Amino acid sequence: MSRMQLHKAMGGVVEVKSKFEAEYRRFAFKRNCPGGFQEFYSLLQTIHRIHDVDMLLGYADDSGDLLPINNEDNFHKAVMSANPLLRIIITKKEDEPAPFPDNPLQRRKKGLGLSVLRTNGSLSIHSKNKLGRMISLPQNFRQISSIIDVDILPETHRRVRLHKHGTHKPLGFYIRDGVSVRVTPQGVEKVPGVFISRLVRGGLAESTGLLGLNDEILEVNGIDVTGKSLDQVTDMMVANSHNLIVTVKPANQRNNVIHRGSGTSVGSSISFGLNGSTGSSLLHGSTSPTSQSNPITASSTAEGDSDEEDDDDDCDLIVENERLMFPECDGVANSNKVYSNSEILQDGSVMRTLQQSVSMPEYIASALTDRAMVMSSTYGHS
Amino acid sequence: MMKFRFRRQGADPQREKIKQELFAFNKTVEHGFPHQPSALAFDPVLQLMAIGTRAGAIKVYGAPGVEFTGLHNDTTSVTQIHFLPGQGRLLSLLDDNTIHLWELTAMTPRQVGGVKREGVVILQEVASYSLPGRPGIESCSTTRVTVLLLQRSCTVLCIGTEGGGVYFLDLAILSLKDSQTLLQDQVTQSLPEDYRCGKSLGPVESLQEHPRQAGKILIGYSRGLVVLWDVSSRQIEQLFLGKQQLESLVWERSGNLFVSSHSDGGYSVWAVAGGNANNQQPVSSAIPYGPFPCKAINKILWRTTETGSPMLLYSGGMPRASYGDRHCLTIQQDKEHVTLDFTSRVIDFFTVHNVEQEKEWDEPSALLVLLEEELVVIDLQTPGWPSLPTPYLAPLHSSAVTCSCHISSVPPKLWERLLNAGKAQQGRQHTSKKWPICGGKNLAPPPTQQELLLTGHEDGTVRFWDASGVALTPVYKIGTANVFHTDCDPSDDPSNDPDMQQEEEWPPFKKVGCFDPYSDDPRLGIQKISLCKYSNKLVVAGTAGQVIVLGLNDESSDHTVDVSVVDLLQDREGFTWKGHDRLDPRLKPAPFPPGFQPQVLVQCMPPASVTAVALHAEWNLIAFGTSHGFGLFDYHRRNAVLARCTLHPNDSLAMEGPLSRVKSLKKSLRQSFRRIRKSRVSGKKRPITTPTSKVQEANAALAEQEDVAPIQRRIEPRSADDSLSGVVRCLCFADTFLRDGTHHGPTLWAGTNSGSVYAYALEVPGVGSGRGPERGVGGESSACVEAVLGKEIQLMHRAPVVSICVLDGRAKPLPDPYEASQDLASAPDMSSAHSVLIASEEQLKVFSLPKVSAKTKFKLTAHEGCRVRKVALAVFSSTAQEDYSEHTLVCLTNMGDMHLFNIPGLRPQVRYDCIRKEDISGIASCVFTRNGQGFYLVSPSEYERFSLSAKVLTQALCCVGVDRLMACSHGMTLLPHANGTHKNQMGQAEGPTETSPSSLSSPILDTPLDSPLSCADLTLDSTGELTVEDVRDFLTVDEEENNLKNIQEEDEHSAGILIN
Repeated sequence: MSRMQLHKAMGGVVEVKSKFEAEYRRFAFKRNCPGGFQEFYSLLQTIHRIHDVDMLLGYADDSGDLLPINNEDNFHKAVMSANPLLRIIITKKEDEPAPFPDNPLQRRKKGLGLSVLRTNGSLSIHSKNKLGRMISLPQNFRQISSIIDVDILPETHRRVRLHKHGTHKPLGFYIRDGVSVRVTPQGVEKVPGVFISRLVRGGLAESTGLLGLNDEILEVNGIDVTGKSLDQVTDMMVANSHNLIVTVKPANQRNNVIHRGSGTSVGSSISFGLNGSTGSSLLHGSTSPTSQSNPITASSTAEGDSDEEDDDDDCDLIVENERLMFPECDGVANSNKVYSNSEILQDGSVMRTLQQSVSMPEYIASALTDRAMVMSSTYGHS
Repeated sequence: MMKFRFRRQGADPQREKIKQELFAFNKTVEHGFPHQPSALAFDPVLQLMAIGTRAGAIKVYGAPGVEFTGLHNDTTSVTQIHFLPGQGRLLSLLDDNTIHLWELTAMTPRQVGGVKREGVVILQEVASYSLPGRPGIESCSTTRVTVLLLQRSCTVLCIGTEGGGVYFLDLAILSLKDSQTLLQDQVTQSLPEDYRCGKSLGPVESLQEHPRQAGKILIGYSRGLVVLWDVSSRQIEQLFLGKQQLESLVWERSGNLFVSSHSDGGYSVWAVAGGNANNQQPVSSAIPYGPFPCKAINKILWRTTETGSPMLLYSGGMPRASYGDRHCLTIQQDKEHVTLDFTSRVIDFFTVHNVEQEKEWDEPSALLVLLEEELVVIDLQTPGWPSLPTPYLAPLHSSAVTCSCHISSVPPKLWERLLNAGKAQQGRQHTSKKWPICGGKNLAPPPTQQELLLTGHEDGTVRFWDASGVALTPVYKIGTANVFHTDCDPSDDPSNDPDMQQEEEWPPFKKVGCFDPYSDDPRLGIQKISLCKYSNKLVVAGTAGQVIVLGLNDESSDHTVDVSVVDLLQDREGFTWKGHDRLDPRLKPAPFPPGFQPQVLVQCMPPASVTAVALHAEWNLIAFGTSHGFGLFDYHRRNAVLARCTLHPNDSLAMEGPLSRVKSLKKSLRQSFRRIRKSRVSGKKRPITTPTSKVQEANAALAEQEDVAPIQRRIEPRSADDSLSGVVRCLCFADTFLRDGTHHGPTLWAGTNSGSVYAYALEVPGVGSGRGPERGVGGESSACVEAVLGKEIQLMHRAPVVSICVLDGRAKPLPDPYEASQDLASAPDMSSAHSVLIASEEQLKVFSLPKVSAKTKFKLTAHEGCRVRKVALAVFSSTAQEDYSEHTLVCLTNMGDMHLFNIPGLRPQVRYDCIRKEDISGIASCVFTRNGQGFYLVSPSEYERFSLSAKVLTQALCCVGVDRLMACSHGMTLLPHANGTHKNQMGQAEGPTETSPSSLSSPILDTPLDSPLSCADLTLDSTGELTVEDVRDFLTVDEEENNLKNIQEEDEHSAGILIN
């Protein structure tokens, strides 16, 4: 950040290196007056001499993640993140490959290689939207949370995955010691347990709506916390905070996912590598309520660190209205983007319809129609 | 989750067997002085001394190396100990009014470190007894025991009680002889009317048996009455109507006189002979420190000598107003009068003297005084009554221990020089008389190697202890205060000293003992120590950023210490250090006695406490780190090579220094107290009148509930700007491959609190693989050490880096400087790839070199919820096979348990519970030895020594010749441990030791890192977690490669690698 600010202060030049297929182009423009997204778009078309091609833009941010450029906000963010080099990758719209990206783990391990940018024709759907906003598809956003392993857990439990990595949003919850009541063959027994004691407003945990006050924590990343002290559980959670999977017994049992008992073997969090199968299940409209990947983002594209982390875990749709202020972005990026469906979460039935939505377009459509107003209003701020 | 599914379970029986032959956990010895001693006893026949503590431990000491420890089941304070002389038995009285009988029992022969030991004796509790009385109300109970007296026959125990009754207990059957009980009424009846005056006589204060006539005991009551009671005839032989409140009684050897001491600070001598049954007046009476009110004389001893008048020894009795706060013991004989002035409370004392009945005189030879913090022994036969050095029970904490460092296998040459330097120091103050307590026989084999334990102290001293055996003996001590100007400059002392010891001063005080908890200047405190045992270079670093390089010199020397200041902030702007100033170095030449003499002083700026230090004597380099950064200094050429700031821009705490942080703590404490008080007041005073106030009250109650909400913990990943992120946690030198895989050379590694690791390539003239000439640096400039930043590793999880260690091609830690070049260790394997082991608080990780890619790791915190506190690499030898050993990573966590990992596989081997997790200072003080032992402070004054190795154990093995039949006790395999610090050992791989030696067919040790064998040993860890570290490579190898890299970088959008 400091380096970035340094460059900004210097009012330097943004060096752009853009790649289209196998060709590279290098050019530069003044950081102060980058112009708008459309200008930039046509500039690239000119430079690469591909006027007749519908293209998708992506850039590599600080952490080596590929992020889309498809509106003013993320364009400005991209410019901000250049230090001073801005790497642009152009893909043809028609080139849209399989709807789901690579296993993020593999991508990580490869180091800094960029995976192919994925946006698809839905862009046009969006452009047909009332306000003509360009809204990226879920996979262009970063997944922040998911419910996993629904089929292997008792209905009273919930396994939640929080993806902290890359966001600047705090995880935002506190835990405490407490007494848990267990029903045993000997009768009701009181045992010490660890509970969520507080959710910070605006934190990741609160925004997902999947964790609640007084939820009892049973496992942290697969490790049973029984017999562990509060400090130990704290340390385990902090150590796993980049990819925190907590199994909780929600205090409020009314929102539990109804178990459908489908025979589909569900990829638990283990199944990172099951990319293709999940993708296909989506495409074929698998009836499994839990095996869908609905990676949605509370996208912080404007933060410039949006890191495509779409896991192929089963997860339910969680999106949360969140307005973050980024003072360092000087008004360019206070547009944050997200639409909320906290109501969806509170309302089990809606959630079920989402789970049943079998194919991507339908799902998107439902999400979009449901939330169109919210979206438009949030985006209206940019 | 899947980690668990995929991890191979360590069920390999072959491996399990090897583990049992390598690892075993034992707490072996406690070194130092028992914490909070509360009772003392001496067995003149067996020459054994026993000390009881407030934690319920009993420790018996004899000749150096002879030690026995016992721990009561209840951790109640031991108030009295009495030996059954010559029997190897002792009685202890606890604060809970129970009496326990202990016995030294011979142990069944057993294996110790692979060698069979026989005749070893341990201390065991055999019986306990408590006086029948009303349980529960002990404090006011009449049967609360005040004193015990063991009759000379050792069959009957006389018990004096609070209620004034004296009971007689048959020791053989542990039952009261009811017919003999003497209640106070019986005594009162025979008292003259005017003395009785209707009042009780008070508790029994003293019971003393007549030295010549068995069966006659002197009973002293609190009110002052002393009765000579004949036990057999149950008659009062004589009454002594004392008027002063009684404190203690002692017989004169002949039995014609006894002496009583009183609460008014006086003592009286009473004559026993003579037919007068009612003795009104003492023969003589005196208040030695009168006439102003004095404090009580708690205990008095009267010892006769052949040469002249008796020797009188008593504790207390000081004038209340002027010296009431002193802890004194007076020795008086004729005109000679010395008031020993101690720095801590006198618990008890005894003299070593003739006990044989035939001898006419006591002839005391030594006085042993047990103080709260140390044991002082006075030689009573040498004029001037000098003190004797103690061979054990050394007060480690004479100034608080701030750090420690263990040196194993000290070269004989250095050992001898240290002993000589130490003798020169002691010669000034002590006599050379023999240690008076010499009971028992040490069966432990003489140590195969000399070990040193170095402790750094708050007052700026470093003490060297002989840690080779069971008794931790002081060897040598150096002070660093004389390098600086301090408030109490020693140069002022000579003028003051004579005044201090004026002849006319009364009382004639004499400072005795070395416990001195007051530090003149806290900045002098020692924080880190590093010693090169081959070149005799010592580096000590302290609280005010001072780093002192010392060299060993057998002659005293008068020289100036070179001073350098290294600014660790470099050009960072906007930081102002609010902590303490740096110490003023003494610029004039100062005299330094033989031993380690300071040569160079480096002062870090800002003068924050040094947090890490490293010494490479072969390269003449020292590295040091504080909370602001680290520096590299060439002490041979006296120039600073490098200073690097590690501060994060947002880190403001680091600049405040310790003092201002204390202030803020105080402030926050005050605030929280206020809050508590406020809530209490508002909670109680609220009047309940109207319904509305009820609502208010409910609200208030709710608010209060919030106040007392249970502890909660925030779950947030560590961020870069967490406070004190720049603290340098570890430094290490290594000759390894940092630039490329073919050229190795000197490197410096530094790890910080925020998970950053910096690796520098060093150019040391005359060292390395000849890269210097290639670079075309020659002539003058080549004489300087250069440091080039090679790598910067940011650990993803940002946990503090606890330790960095470079492993050679065979995955062994690199040898110490000089070790390989002097053929003292096998040379490191430079032919295959090296790796670096980085241990952070959360993870252990091995990276390959020079590319720094992760090879193996173990995520301890994620799995176990515990954090790494201390880490060391140790060699574990097998008990079964002579030449088989393994390098193992020993890791102490914040839960107080020891985890052992193999390297480089980092597979968990064993886990032992070692320290209580609440014992934070114990965990912080832990040091490991090279061969799998370790030390930690169980109390401010005691090190617990433990062993993780099945083979290497240092423990007390001793025997005592006793008068009774020694029964062999079966089934005892573990020595009990005192201080209540023992924990159950769970998950321990301690197997039956009598397993036949196994054949170790597949030594995993020597396989190169890349072999399939070691790969099979790795943990499969396929979590989805992102664990790639951000590695910045700063070393540009050459132009061509550079270009190549640039191209790659651009193609890969690799933001992590920066090339400059």
